[in-house]
Amino acid sequence: MNIKKYLGPLSKDNPILVQVLGVCSALAVTAQLKPAIVMAISVTAVAALGNLIISLLRNTIPPRIRIIVQLIIVAALVILTDQILQAWFYDISKMLSVFVGLIITNCILMGRIEAFALGNKPIPSFFDGLFNGLGYGLVLAVVGFVRELLASGSVWNHKIIPDSFYAHGYMNNGLVSLPPMALILIGLLVWIQRSGSKTEKI
Amino acid sequence: MIEIFVRSIFIDNMIFAYFLGMCSYLAVSKNVKTSFGLGVAVTFVLVVTVPVNYLIDNYLLKKGALSWLSASLGGLDMSFLSLIVFIAVVAAIVQLLEMVIEKYAPALYNSLGIFLPLIAVNCAILGASLFMQERNFPNVAHALAYASGSGIGWLLAIVAFAAIRERLRYSQIPKPLQGLGISCIITGLMGLGFMAFLGM
Repeated sequence: MNIKKYLGPLSKDNPILVQVLGVCSALAVTAQLKPAIVMAISVTAVAALGNLIISLLRNTIPPRIRIIVQLIIVAALVILTDQILQAWFYDISKMLSVFVGLIITNCILMGRIEAFALGNKPIPSFFDGLFNGLGYGLVLAVVGFVRELLASGSVWNHKIIPDSFYAHGYMNNGLVSLPPMALILIGLLVWIQRSGSKTEKI
Repeated sequence: MIEIFVRSIFIDNMIFAYFLGMCSYLAVSKNVKTSFGLGVAVTFVLVVTVPVNYLIDNYLLKKGALSWLSASLGGLDMSFLSLIVFIAVVAAIVQLLEMVIEKYAPALYNSLGIFLPLIAVNCAILGASLFMQERNFPNVAHALAYASGSGIGWLLAIVAFAAIRERLRYSQIPKPLQGLGISCIITGLMGLGFMAFLGM
């Protein structure tokens, strides 16, 4: 098995930055690092398992109703994730609110299922979902890290920027915690990523 | 109720405050006309699905919601099923609308045609249903006001953005920033502009 083929989504084929999939939920949950990581793990799990299940069923699903079948399978997986989060990470699940449910309509899932799982064997599909989820998680983690650092001077709820900085007039930038800044950050990330690798524009 | 309506257009705007429906927002905003078509279709589907989901949630799924059927079912809490039911309702209604519009308004069908199936997986639709559930509106009219407000807000955002993008073609942008990069930054700036409504 060629492992290199699957590593693409981490940078060169990143689902958010290059394939433009799943931007919707990427932005709202990144005000802090912790919910961003939890969201990333949830999406990775659902993407990998969803791809695996669809791939196992791919020869039995009639093409006419495949969208509904895919939605139902993904929805069932998301309900599981939601219940697990509510049981063990209640505060984070409250913070993510509707965005756990919105994993269902996250374009990464449907996009990868349509583009990969319907035409490939289960094991490669599983890894394809896994690495696309990880690529998504990477962007989420970077954005979450930058936003939490700039907005409250902390990372993972630990103070990072020392008090002496504040004494000299350093101030937290509250603007970064507001939603529009997430978009601007993603825009800058896209800029950095595309100036590094030569990909066609979308 | 008017407050809910205005609030959901400007302050809780689907795109600028929650980033819902970003995928089709970025993909279909190349010119004003098609984005207006998509905006109308999204508003339409929202206005139909959110009240339907509201009724389902309140009379079938919520804790104690089944007590109108029989007292013994009063304690049943099936709200964990709401995700799967909501998405099924959205998919079914989109399918239904597609058939109805094709039959009775072929002109409209031709202009909306390709967008309708896409709407089933538009985050804005499912998102509105989930927000409706979270906010506990007192009756179905409030849910309707919320749905139409969100839809119009989404329409406003995508048309404004498409208009900006049409102008953008004539400006010089650094190559790696073209396309997605500049779109994100513009949307961010528009969002900052919309935050001015917060004081309303």
